[in-house]
Amino acid sequence: MADETQETTNPSNEEPAKTLVRSPLRGELSRRSFFSTLAFGWATFAAASAGLLGAAGRFMFPNVLFEPPQEFKAGFPSEFAMGVDERFKATYGCWIVREPTGFFCLSTVCTHLGCTPNWLTADEKFKCPCHGSGFIMTGINIEGPAPRPLERYRIVLAEDGQILVDKNTKYQQEKGQWELDGSYLEYA
Amino acid sequence: MGELLKNAIDWAFQPTLYFAGTVGALFAVLFWRKLFSKTVVITVFFAVGTVFMLWAPSDPDFKKIITKPDNIPIVILIASVVFFTWLALRQAVDNDRAIAKGEPTLEAGLGKKKVFTWPDLVYVEFICLILFTAFLIVWSLKVQAPIEEPAATARTPNPSKAPWYFLGLQEMLVYFDPWIAGVVLPGFIIVGLMAIPYLDTNPKGNGYYTFNERPFAFSFFTAGFLLFWVSFVILGTFLRGPNWSFFGPFEYWDLHKLEPLVNVDLSTYFWNMLGQPKPLDPLVREAPGIVALLGFFLVLPPLLGKTVLKGMVKSMGVVRFNVFMHLMLWFALLPIKMILRWTINLKYIVGIPEWFFNV
Repeated sequence: MADETQETTNPSNEEPAKTLVRSPLRGELSRRSFFSTLAFGWATFAAASAGLLGAAGRFMFPNVLFEPPQEFKAGFPSEFAMGVDERFKATYGCWIVREPTGFFCLSTVCTHLGCTPNWLTADEKFKCPCHGSGFIMTGINIEGPAPRPLERYRIVLAEDGQILVDKNTKYQQEKGQWELDGSYLEYA
Repeated sequence: MGELLKNAIDWAFQPTLYFAGTVGALFAVLFWRKLFSKTVVITVFFAVGTVFMLWAPSDPDFKKIITKPDNIPIVILIASVVFFTWLALRQAVDNDRAIAKGEPTLEAGLGKKKVFTWPDLVYVEFICLILFTAFLIVWSLKVQAPIEEPAATARTPNPSKAPWYFLGLQEMLVYFDPWIAGVVLPGFIIVGLMAIPYLDTNPKGNGYYTFNERPFAFSFFTAGFLLFWVSFVILGTFLRGPNWSFFGPFEYWDLHKLEPLVNVDLSTYFWNMLGQPKPLDPLVREAPGIVALLGFFLVLPPLLGKTVLKGMVKSMGVVRFNVFMHLMLWFALLPIKMILRWTINLKYIVGIPEWFFNV
């Protein structure tokens, strides 16, 4: 309808309206092939994206991991003095603490934003240099913004009598997990 | 005499006094703005400041903190922020005087006079660029880059400070759970700033400085920017030392400064007051804090809207008023929490670490 009115108002245009449905010239996109071309384009794009995502996913699982094992032997219990042992802070990211009744292993990650606190021997507390969170020797949070105590790792005696720390298992006090076996190694 | 002054300054820079002092100073300046916008005031301020900066570095602890490469820009920041605040206040006071007399404002006069971008503006920009480049070259030659020791997992620098422009955020993180101070509050800062044109449709003050026509807007913005951003940057730069403890500007940064900061949750205070052990169910345990927060956010806006801020509801409409009030209440939570921490060592109003929900 619109075309007809245009024809009448524009008599100088000699080409009739049927050119709109002419068959495609060589190399030109037809109506039918338009969708298959589109589908082909999208399929290629999807395949390329999938490949890229796959490569990115593969990147998350490196062949070699340059990090210490999650499980390690820390030596014989009798070798430990009372108090906080800082020998494993740099290598394994944990403190092994000896009390008169036994051992536990604290994570060195502050529960506020994840900085590494310092053990202040004179003040007998862990103090975080980022926002001032403080923890007593047991790992309980007493100062600053840290919302919960330091996490503990699984600590048991290996068959050879050495202390075995397993960082794959964590114990969180606020969930009542410090009561569980493995969170505390009794040793007198 | 010198020692006495240093001790007095250290004493005045303890957190409660510092915060109360900056709030008091800002509102005194805004209240007596006619007096404070005089040229003699800023001259005296910079004269006293210069004398102070000539005398104070004789103290080794002060000199150390003021000349740290990281901190030099903050010294410049203090001077420039004071100057530009004074300048804005002065133009506002001048305009208020003109408006009261029925004369055109300073900026209205400027609007009629037009200049060309090229060469008038671009030339000035180009000269500024050259001067600043020269200044930065000299600075980079004179002051060593503040690079620290190589990173090590077991050694976090003590204190561990954010870049200066993030020190306000870092200060907020001291008082809140990381979710609140690191995500929710910064989110509200951005959303709140974006909401200003929709909440504040008052055309007065567009394109010219004024105080009397916009007393609340002027005071609130100045307070938000100066007290809760600039002042926190200054606090984080000069007053936070090892273990994130507070230190006066003349105080030695003692690694073993012992501060009794044993923090207590609101629920602990509440159940101790009743003489009962804490209930096991976290919702019952934290009920006082939850009730307080619900009251703060749900009861306070309608209550204020029905009483003190009746006129505001009328001019803004109910929706705008409520959005505005909630942004204001989130903003108010920060000083409330800071003051509670400094005075009664309050840790969390609602503390449910079991669900990672702490306010």
